[in-house]
Amino acid sequence: MSQSPDTSRILSVPALTRVEGETALRLRIHDRTVTEARLSIYEAPRFFEALLRGRAHTEPPDLTSRICGICPVAYQLSACRAVEDACGVDVDGRLARLRRLLYCGEWIESQTLHIYLLHAPDFLGHDDVIGMSRSEPAHVRRGLRLKQTGNAVVELLGGRAVHPVSVRLGGFHRTPTRTELRPLAERLRVALDDAWDTVQWVAGFDFPDAECEADLLALAEPGTYAIESGVPTVVPYDATHPAWSFPLRTFCDHVTETQVPHSTALHSRLDGRRHLTGSLARYAVSGHLLSPTALEAAAAAGLDDPPLREGRDGTGPGTVCRNPFRSILVRAVEVFYAVEEALRIITEYERPASPYVPVPARSGVGHGATEAPRGLLYHRYAFDGEGRVTDARIIPPTAQNQGAIEEDLRRSVQAALDRGQDAEAELTRLCERVIRNHDPCISCSAHFLDLNLETACPHPTGPA
Amino acid sequence: MSAPPAPSRPRLGVFKFASCDGCQLTLLDCEDELLGLADEWDIAHFPEASSAVASGPYDLSLVEGSVSTPEHLERVRRVRAASRYLVTIGACATAGGVQALRNYAGIEEYLATVYARPDYIQSLATSTPIAAHVPVDFELRGCPIDRGQLLEVVTAFLAGRKPAIPNHSVCFSCKRRGNVCVTVAHGVPCLGPVTHAGCGALCPTYGRGCYGCFGPADTTNLPALVPLMHRDGMDDADIARYLHTFNVTAFTAVEEEGPG
Ligand code: SF4
Ligand code: SF4
Repeated sequence: MSQSPDTSRILSVPALTRVEGETALRLRIHDRTVTEARLSIYEAPRFFEALLRGRAHTEPPDLTSRICGICPVAYQLSACRAVEDACGVDVDGRLARLRRLLYCGEWIESQTLHIYLLHAPDFLGHDDVIGMSRSEPAHVRRGLRLKQTGNAVVELLGGRAVHPVSVRLGGFHRTPTRTELRPLAERLRVALDDAWDTVQWVAGFDFPDAECEADLLALAEPGTYAIESGVPTVVPYDATHPAWSFPLRTFCDHVTETQVPHSTALHSRLDGRRHLTGSLARYAVSGHLLSPTALEAAAAAGLDDPPLREGRDGTGPGTVCRNPFRSILVRAVEVFYAVEEALRIITEYERPASPYVPVPARSGVGHGATEAPRGLLYHRYAFDGEGRVTDARIIPPTAQNQGAIEEDLRRSVQAALDRGQDAEAELTRLCERVIRNHDPCISCSAHFLDLNLETACPHPTGPA
Repeated sequence: MSAPPAPSRPRLGVFKFASCDGCQLTLLDCEDELLGLADEWDIAHFPEASSAVASGPYDLSLVEGSVSTPEHLERVRRVRAASRYLVTIGACATAGGVQALRNYAGIEEYLATVYARPDYIQSLATSTPIAAHVPVDFELRGCPIDRGQLLEVVTAFLAGRKPAIPNHSVCFSCKRRGNVCVTVAHGVPCLGPVTHAGCGALCPTYGRGCYGCFGPADTTNLPALVPLMHRDGMDDADIARYLHTFNVTAFTAVEEEGPG
């Protein structure tokens, strides 16, 4: 694979592990300069946007949940919001709070999965959680318990953790009684301690210095940490520029994707610039709206970088952390917040009068976006007079983050080379860590991949 | 995964083709059993969970996802050759998955809908089950699979017996669960009578009709169900869409067979 380190070589990782979905990495190094860093996403195309055409307006939530088994609730709720928007329905009050509770469940289990099973092994030098459980059994047990509590929330509201069945347009097929929710509250109280301990545990990891040079994009919602709704808001990389927002219906004017020849994925740009969605972006946009205890957890964990100055239209000041290695800390704080929030919603819960509000079909276009655990997930649907889908557009977080991840890879490897660190194994390990920092969810490549046509680029390693 | 495999421990492989990862995630969702499972099995190949990826042979391979690209055609044979037992997990691996909807449309149109430059994309015109390409020892249904059934399959293969997975319809589980029938009581169309059990009748329990995510039961009488669905307000196009979603190839086969 490599020639002399000082002339020209290609570093390739044929199949990345501990990420959801399938991706490979290819770096071109010429005269100790990284000339190309490319994530090759070879996840098979599944054509969701095409197969949605002709479907009834009630179908996108269940259909699109199959894009990603790791964050099905995010797909269901982004789809619901987009269809409801097209039909002129706004779901609020108790039903909206119940949706937030379901989403909190997904945040808890999905973020905990990433923290404990996928990401922490990197910091502690293990191949996986099983290996980690030998040296840190108590920590791993706590992680599994916490994840299970997140699953329990989704299972109770939705029937099962992967592709829950209760979500429908306008709300739910069935809403739980107060009594049914009571045992969950017990578990969430235990989870509160587990989540606090997780923040403390993760805060003890060793974080290399790094800075992601990208604009940060997340939803903002007045008065609350945005999860299931909000307005797209940007914290620019250039700190002298204030945060700014744009209407959701103009999302595709700002976030544009182009397919590039001989590259392996659609390139997504925010007004022509590189951007990042996910925990770091949410924390920058809404960090000041976390609960007092979650803020305390963040400060105790050392996430107290200087706050941003106030943005136009009342956004900010959030707190900016640009070190992707520390995203695991922000994730841990978000888990703590989601546990608290779930507990609060359950405590105040009154069963809605009806499990859903009617969402009659009509022709039109609708937009929906929510904060999937991995970042902003946007759906847009157009319907004809019979309520059949005529056009669908889905922009998942990983598609948006791809450019920032590639730049992060280029910069990290360049810095390592400049330090004289050029052993292939070490560089490979570094690259894998850089990618896992961003928690990419490759299975959500509903459409953003381009299978590699270059024969030089290897396909996944086979079993034999 | 990272410990040296004790010679007595059977080796487990988890492989992914075109899918959403939900079925392999079900394995990681077995929080109470995960560490115990890792004591009994040497988890030799599970890239989503471990960086230690060991080559075959594997005693049991769990295969998720459908065959959808030229590369899959070749890889599915390699996985089969390296595996003593091969079990498919989920609707994608067992029936082509939701992506098999393209089998009934034109791939060119699908490509053009999604990609500005379809010529860069490599994809087969169809999405097919694993069993269409290599022999499969057991097929576990569901989109996604059920955690309890997955544990039963893994345990059964460890013990060298056939997995005890019932082949009856969702209706049976629904009765056992004591649900009020959504079709009889509320006129809600439900595919429960023709759908394979395994989920514990989740949808009727949550007040909606079954949408068939476990695929057809072993014996079905689809023609008998159709008039009921008409009665409940569905026309033929609605019924076709209902059947042609998550297990499209499997239900199509049942439709072609007639009463079974
Ligand atoms: S069968 Fe369903 S849950 Fe399983 S991988 Fe396929 S789409 Fe995902
Ligand atoms: S009732 Fe039907 S659609 Fe619902 S989970 Fe069970 S098999 Fe799937």
